[in-house]
Amino acid sequence: MHETANTTSFLFGRLSWDAIPFHEPILLWTFIAVAIGGVALLALITRLGAWGMLWRDWFTSVDHKKIGIMYIVLGVVMLLRGFSDAIMMRIQQAWAFGDSMGYLPPHHYDQIFTAHGVIMIFFVAMPLVVGLMNIVVPLQIGARDVAFPFLNNFSFWMTVAGAVLVMLSLFVGEFAKTGWLAYPPLSGIAYSPDVGVDYYAWSLQIAGVGTLLSGVNFIVTIVKMRAPGMTLMKMPIFTWTALCTNVLIVAAFPVLTAVLALLSLDRYVGTNFFTNDFGGNAMMYVNLIWIWGHPEVYILILPVFGVFSEVVSTFSGKKLFGYASMVYATVVITILSYLVWLHHFFTMGSGASVNSFFGITTMIISIPTGAKMFNWLFTMYRGRIRFEVPMLWAVGFMVTFVVGGMTGVLLAVPPADFVLHNSLFLIAHFHNVIIGGVVFGLFAGINYWFPKAMGFRLDPFWGKVSFWFWLSGYWIAFTPLYVLGLMGVTRRLSHFDDPSLQIWFQIALVGAVLILFGIMAFLVQLYVSIRDRARLRDSSGDPWNGRTLEWSTSSPAPAYNFAFTPRVHEQDAWADMKQRGHRRPTSGFLPIHMPKNTAAGIVLAGLAMACGFALIWHIWWMAGAAFVALVASAIAHTFNSDRDFHIPAEEVARVEGERTRLLAQQV
Amino acid sequence: MLALLILLSGCSAVVLKPAGDIAVQQRDLIIISTVLMLLIIVPVIFLSLFFAWRYRASNRDARYEPDWHHSTQLELIIWSAPLLIIIALGALTWITTHTLDPYRPVERLDAARRLPADAKTLDVQVVALDWKWLFIYPGYGIATVNELAAPVDTPIHFTLTASSVMNSFFIPALAGQVYAMPAMQTQLHAVINAPGEFEGFSANYSGAGFSDMKFKFHGLAQADFARWVERVKRDGTALRREDYQQLEKPSVREPVRHYATVDASLFDAIVNLCVDRTKMCMSQMMAIDAQGGIGGLAGIANVANLAYDRPRAIAAGERPRGNYVLSMCSADLVPAAFSSRLAASAAR
Repeated sequence: MHETANTTSFLFGRLSWDAIPFHEPILLWTFIAVAIGGVALLALITRLGAWGMLWRDWFTSVDHKKIGIMYIVLGVVMLLRGFSDAIMMRIQQAWAFGDSMGYLPPHHYDQIFTAHGVIMIFFVAMPLVVGLMNIVVPLQIGARDVAFPFLNNFSFWMTVAGAVLVMLSLFVGEFAKTGWLAYPPLSGIAYSPDVGVDYYAWSLQIAGVGTLLSGVNFIVTIVKMRAPGMTLMKMPIFTWTALCTNVLIVAAFPVLTAVLALLSLDRYVGTNFFTNDFGGNAMMYVNLIWIWGHPEVYILILPVFGVFSEVVSTFSGKKLFGYASMVYATVVITILSYLVWLHHFFTMGSGASVNSFFGITTMIISIPTGAKMFNWLFTMYRGRIRFEVPMLWAVGFMVTFVVGGMTGVLLAVPPADFVLHNSLFLIAHFHNVIIGGVVFGLFAGINYWFPKAMGFRLDPFWGKVSFWFWLSGYWIAFTPLYVLGLMGVTRRLSHFDDPSLQIWFQIALVGAVLILFGIMAFLVQLYVSIRDRARLRDSSGDPWNGRTLEWSTSSPAPAYNFAFTPRVHEQDAWADMKQRGHRRPTSGFLPIHMPKNTAAGIVLAGLAMACGFALIWHIWWMAGAAFVALVASAIAHTFNSDRDFHIPAEEVARVEGERTRLLAQQV
Repeated sequence: MLALLILLSGCSAVVLKPAGDIAVQQRDLIIISTVLMLLIIVPVIFLSLFFAWRYRASNRDARYEPDWHHSTQLELIIWSAPLLIIIALGALTWITTHTLDPYRPVERLDAARRLPADAKTLDVQVVALDWKWLFIYPGYGIATVNELAAPVDTPIHFTLTASSVMNSFFIPALAGQVYAMPAMQTQLHAVINAPGEFEGFSANYSGAGFSDMKFKFHGLAQADFARWVERVKRDGTALRREDYQQLEKPSVREPVRHYATVDASLFDAIVNLCVDRTKMCMSQMMAIDAQGGIGGLAGIANVANLAYDRPRAIAAGERPRGNYVLSMCSADLVPAAFSSRLAASAAR
């Protein structure tokens, strides 16, 4: 619809009233609902006088725990958007048969499946994973914060800036209609002249900067800031997986940045890297995007493998079985994840030997993954398993994920992939591993570490309700997709002719509704838990009889995490300390050196977002101004030497005294 | 899962009940691989549930060994069991990827019949357009839109390309898919064993008209195929370059069309993006690029090679004067150091 709007003005670039979707009722009502909700939220904050508190204690905070919580809030909010897209697709596909065209024209439907993929990967799974790492890693290694606290705040706000741009595309202009990886030539300027692909490229570029810096930050934190005595092979498994994930981020994300930059050059300045014109080669894009894209899925799954290792070990009341083989398995997966990218396009005419090579390397990854699965099994063996909510998610994961692993290996057999590639079987497979693996793991992690972040547990009843809806919803939504894939139905179709397929899509819709109930139950769980926080209070700091250092400090952890840096002698340091009758020091506190809050992160990210928005709409003066301001602010920030302060010893003594009192009440 | 597979093969799951030998072999491979993997998946699922139940906290009869966390024998088993399965599956993958390579001509009609020595291969050139399919039969000089037919038990050799963006050519009943991509050419070999009407479509999203980018594939007995060719020749029109340029414009739900004659150079021109005669063909551009392109040092020689005119006013032996926009410098400024290079390429 905007193809015709080719007028540009100096002041507003391509932006005009045409860009606002007044004529699309679905979008208009969504916009009205979002606007009313937004105004209500802002009014509530103003009424509570909470702006100062939000700004001082949260937005400008460099505390890794608070940044982690903000990441998780972002992930949950974006989950609602990504899921709305999902259920709209399910409704369309269950409806649009024969003469009925459903309610979404291709123009709208194609944006929805693109946005769903982009949002779920970049703005739901990534923030939730990074959020958990933020909350947990420094506590697990006995550190007071991450290595670069300001950078951490900046990374978070860059991720938010990317998310805001994607959300903006809903109401100002439109999003890409290319599929979530935006293969050229379709995503090139010749076939996608509108702003959609530009929204896609700039939001990922901006969020990608945040992700990359956060990766650097965590590698340095884990390598340099472990408590004395914590050698690499005494590190908690979650920290190990976080380390490997961040190595993957640092090695993979620059490739994404480069390939999107090349695509943007094609679109903005008329280069011909991926165009048909002048001998450009789209295959180069497909290779590069998957050289990032395949490690990306391990970036998501490795940390949740870590979560499950912690959860299974804690709730089985046992040391993790085969710690060393778990570590080696993680490292092997990290390395192998770079040698498999071509399995995403066996069908693009590679030779048989190339296809076999990449097929077999893909299968080899299932060996360390299988070993991990057995390690969790034998951790449960001769344990004493408490079925708290995180453990339910872990068992649900084990029975669900292995099926996804199996179908994944099946897709790695090139001749089988020729008939299953791009089919709904593939869709079922990767939702099987991403929902059954990543999402289940994130819920396990959120339920497990919530008391450490917030000081009270999540309500177990609504947690169980949420779990059972998600588990049954997953199976009912995606088993039909496996079936449809075997019936030769391909992905991304907005209309079908064969009426015999309809029943399967209707069953899948029922599953999606169950997942909706699962999400709603999770929101109710949050509400009930906040309401009943006194009942759910964790005054011990160790509500699950945990095994690693984060459980040795109070819940929520004090700003400085540990009054004294712990000394580590064994794996599962806290279990070891408890066993040897560790006594908490109650005197001799010293002032603690801490980083100061700063508004630089939010300012820089805001300018980056303005620059991105201006580039999307070709508002060149604004892009230039925002970019200059961005560089100037970054330089100005380097002159700010007022970056640290000391928490006085009396304050530490007061906080620790309070904890001593609480612990005494426990007994 | 296995029960589900068997159940599905009974009904309309075309991937599990195909009609072409290549797809049949791919189906068999799916089933063999699945069974092979279930050897390990079933015990894992069973043990997950069994251990979860057996070692629940309320079961005080179960043994509890909080410090048991290592066993070399068990570690050996949990690494080697998946390893053995992957060795088996990897060997199977290597072999079948080669035997079922879409670029490899078919070697048998089906499991029971070898390819007859005198078997004639049907060549079909496939072009994915926005949003319809063009099929050219170079052996018959005919073409169709959104309708494909082939005689049963005859090897088919598809050559594929696309006009604008990436698509994937897929007839589940016949064989696995292969992408059709602009300025590129891919191949697929297959054979259909049973007469019938089968679904074909694009399996890679290509824009707004993608959902309707479907066609019917007719497996026909030899005599029926001959009649079908006759019919196309009888009621078809001509497909010249100009007609193609009209046809390639985006459209949806295009009806079946028949062409009685086809410009013999059309497919080659489509692959080389030069159906429009004012455009340089990719093959020409690549030939120049193979010599080093028109930039840099190699470009000096290449640009000189593209100068064909010999102005009459210049006497024999005198250097021609030229103005080459795309070269680093004009040819008469080429340093003496490159004169040998020029001479060599001129000799070529």
